[in-house]
Amino acid sequence: MPAEALVPTSAEEAARLYGDGEGVVVFAGGTILLPEISAGRLKPERALMLHKSGLDGISTDGGTIRIGAMTPVSALVGGPSELISRFAENVGDGEVRRSATVGGNLCATAGVGAQRGDLGAPLIALGARVRSTGKGGERTEPVEDFLAGDRSGRLVLEVELDAPSGKWGAETLRRRHAHSYAIANVAVASNGGGLRIGVSGVGPTAVRARAAEQSRNPDDVLRDVEPVDDAVASAEYRRKMLPVLLRRALDQLETA
Amino acid sequence: MKLTVNGIEQEIFSPPLTPLLHVLRDELDVTSPKAGCQQGGCGTCTVLIDGEPRRSCLTAVAAVDGSEITTLEGLGEPEQLSPVQAAFHERYAAQCGFCTPGMVVAATALIERKGGPVERDEVLEALGGHYCRCTGYVKIVDAVMAASRGQTGAREDEPETGEEAPVMIPGSPA
Repeated sequence: MPAEALVPTSAEEAARLYGDGEGVVVFAGGTILLPEISAGRLKPERALMLHKSGLDGISTDGGTIRIGAMTPVSALVGGPSELISRFAENVGDGEVRRSATVGGNLCATAGVGAQRGDLGAPLIALGARVRSTGKGGERTEPVEDFLAGDRSGRLVLEVELDAPSGKWGAETLRRRHAHSYAIANVAVASNGGGLRIGVSGVGPTAVRARAAEQSRNPDDVLRDVEPVDDAVASAEYRRKMLPVLLRRALDQLETA
Repeated sequence: MKLTVNGIEQEIFSPPLTPLLHVLRDELDVTSPKAGCQQGGCGTCTVLIDGEPRRSCLTAVAAVDGSEITTLEGLGEPEQLSPVQAAFHERYAAQCGFCTPGMVVAATALIERKGGPVERDEVLEALGGHYCRCTGYVKIVDAVMAASRGQTGAREDEPETGEEAPVMIPGSPA
């Protein structure tokens, strides 16, 4: 039985059709979902297809950058934030990035043998917020809180962040290969004296490394992050490398 | 739903979440995009969607309703190959040929975007998601660079006498 496709033509209609999310599968770029559906592992009864919802596009409104949930990852490469661009360009390859979306990257769960959601690290470092709707209505919250919560009942509408003005540092550990998921991503940013650290690629969701933000000791990254074992790397290797990556990223911040 | 495939408008009857790849191959009999890994990893299903190379296996047909699709068949004719097709042919850039449709489509888009000679690292970046399991990458990259420089047609290093090249290894074409 093929899925019923709901194709809203506005953000409001998308939110209404999504409702509390019960029984609705959100279909954004499709780079993760479509292979699951084609292989019969996922059989959605109702698919909310967002390609005509107008939820795409990047705008700058005063000092705030707004990135629509349906914005393709390719649009972030060379986009308004160098730090986000630096991680966006590692997602898949150019052809995948043209389909993959920002909202999808935030809602992605771990894949078979690999972690997803690389963009969480720079978005956390830049203090970005997620506007989403679903059960209980619309809300805006920090990316790290959105990721820590139950994302299954939320429809991401947009990501907003203050136009980056401070310094940043970024380190990614990955195989030099278009389709290899990252082993670990560390993003650091300072805005007005405060330091924020985001880590992704080491577990099911990106995490904010608050202890290391306070102490500035790279080893403290492991107080907030619990690396996992998967086909890309062992948890032990990730635990060894995370402090190294964070030290390098912090060095970049110093010398930027 | 409607698609314009290689310049011809087509009405589409497949269900909305059907991958564009299967609409092309099974409904429209456009078979150059190959069903390789069918999870976005191999690149051979790559087609141009409104001029941009994307994976047809990762694209739900409803999401590109009304778009213009160009496949390998839309780039040239057997008697009038496109520059990239000609370069692949002349420079032996196809071995088994399974990856070739995606390689040629992606390379064509790269050359169009650049509008002039492309360098090796640009080719590697643009084709980085395309697998050739014959591992014939050297000749593929050479062909793309040659096509971008208009170096197609008779090759200088080929004998112009009309005679067959000498067989170096008996029983092999080398």
